[in-house]
Amino acid sequence: MCSEVQSAQDYMRDPRKHYFSPYMDNGGTTVAIAGEDFVMVASDTRLSRGFNILSREQGKVFNLTPKTMLASTGCWADVLTLNKVLQARLMMYSHEHHDTMSTTAVAQLLSTMLYWRRFFPYYVSNMLVGLDESGKGVVYHYDPVGHMEKLTFSAAGASVSLIQPFLDNQVGAFNMEGVDPPKMTKELARQLIHDSFVSAAERDINTGDGIIIYTITKDGTAEEKIKLRMD
Amino acid sequence: MPRARKTGTTIAGIVFKDGVVLGADTRATEGDTVADKNCSKIHYLQPNMYCCGAGTAADLEMTTALMASQLELHRLNTNRQVPVVAANRMLKQMLFRYQGHIGAALVLGGVDKNGFHIYSIHPHGSTDRLPYTTMGSGSLAAMSVFEARWKPDMELEEAKQLVRDAIAGGVFNDLGSGSNIDLCVITKDGANMIRPYDVANIKGERLGKYEYKRGTTDATKIVRPIIVESQSVKMSRCVLSSAACKFFKENPGSATGSFTPGPRDFSATDRDDLLPNIGVTSLGRT
Repeated sequence: MCSEVQSAQDYMRDPRKHYFSPYMDNGGTTVAIAGEDFVMVASDTRLSRGFNILSREQGKVFNLTPKTMLASTGCWADVLTLNKVLQARLMMYSHEHHDTMSTTAVAQLLSTMLYWRRFFPYYVSNMLVGLDESGKGVVYHYDPVGHMEKLTFSAAGASVSLIQPFLDNQVGAFNMEGVDPPKMTKELARQLIHDSFVSAAERDINTGDGIIIYTITKDGTAEEKIKLRMD
Repeated sequence: MPRARKTGTTIAGIVFKDGVVLGADTRATEGDTVADKNCSKIHYLQPNMYCCGAGTAADLEMTTALMASQLELHRLNTNRQVPVVAANRMLKQMLFRYQGHIGAALVLGGVDKNGFHIYSIHPHGSTDRLPYTTMGSGSLAAMSVFEARWKPDMELEEAKQLVRDAIAGGVFNDLGSGSNIDLCVITKDGANMIRPYDVANIKGERLGKYEYKRGTTDATKIVRPIIVESQSVKMSRCVLSSAACKFFKENPGSATGSFTPGPRDFSATDRDDLLPNIGVTSLGRT
């Protein structure tokens, strides 16, 4: 938001334009990979503003239901607000239906919520991950105004342009002759997520400090923290 | 539009008991991307003078290179070691002439007959002579370290540690600065570049090996044989050896340019043997 110290009286000043800029890019990167019976989602732990670090330990993945998580990066104020409103809607649903919402239903709800703000959007890159009704891992990727895509792997946020081509190649086996996509295991997913962030931290100034990896299975959610370079 | 590479930077310089210490980080950025993880930001001007640079990478390299050349000419003309005030004056006058369009923010440090000097020079041409100074996007982080710990007449090791810690402040708290820490110590005995002084950040290690089998890229299947259609020997004007003279007298057509392979042609091995003798500059085979 723009404000200036004014010395001259307002009728003496030249006409000028005033801008309203409510958005801020707070950086952060998220990666998600789904398997047959699990889904892994991770984010870095750096929160930044311009050339400053606001936090070195701010994860960007939120619990929604026992089977669903949301990874959000972009404008941190919008990330928090969107999450708060979404949590409220999930609470209302659970009171009304005496059940938690399914991952597919949360996915559709999020899309609708984002499109409701079509002309003043939440400045957020979202990835919703979870287990669907059959227990299979799924990843939903969104644009800021609610376009939704169902995937098995995806990256979002500051380092998406570094990480997505790597995942396309290593998980999707794109652009290769005679190579089949690998069977996704927890070990492979962890390795790819780890290496994605390690490499992104080398070349992107907005990604670094640490990683938090969550693994969702039918038995619950596991958490792992890994250190990254701090510069 | 392509944008000029600006180095979000932390640079610093201090005066200590026996001279000056200059310091810099080694990250060069292009927007949010790290363009160079180990670039050198401490530039040579004279044997008794070095200069740290922050700002537009090209401007810094060209400005310091130009200044090094002009100072060397000045030294030759006057037959004296150039004083640091002279370098400061030349830099500020050049930068002022360009009205800030040369994006160079400098920390100039050196030792001369008048003592030990640190100057900070801003892109518009204003300068300050100070006992300790910092510049670049990490200047506030580095200056906070100096403000807390700098004192007059420090010992060498203490001074080096202080500059290291100041640059480290920038490296870890400013996103425009990173990687390693370089130092340059200048005393009356000369300059000592220490690069790197400290590897503040170790490169992350990947768990997987990402190698591809031969043939993974489609294009490797298109292999065309190289068909030789004609060959030519090109020669420069030169003094020929007696063996070559004899050869060209016997083969008058071959010395003037191209020839076509035919029954009179000599084999490749013959020709290659002659190459050093007849001063052939290039051998074109198409």
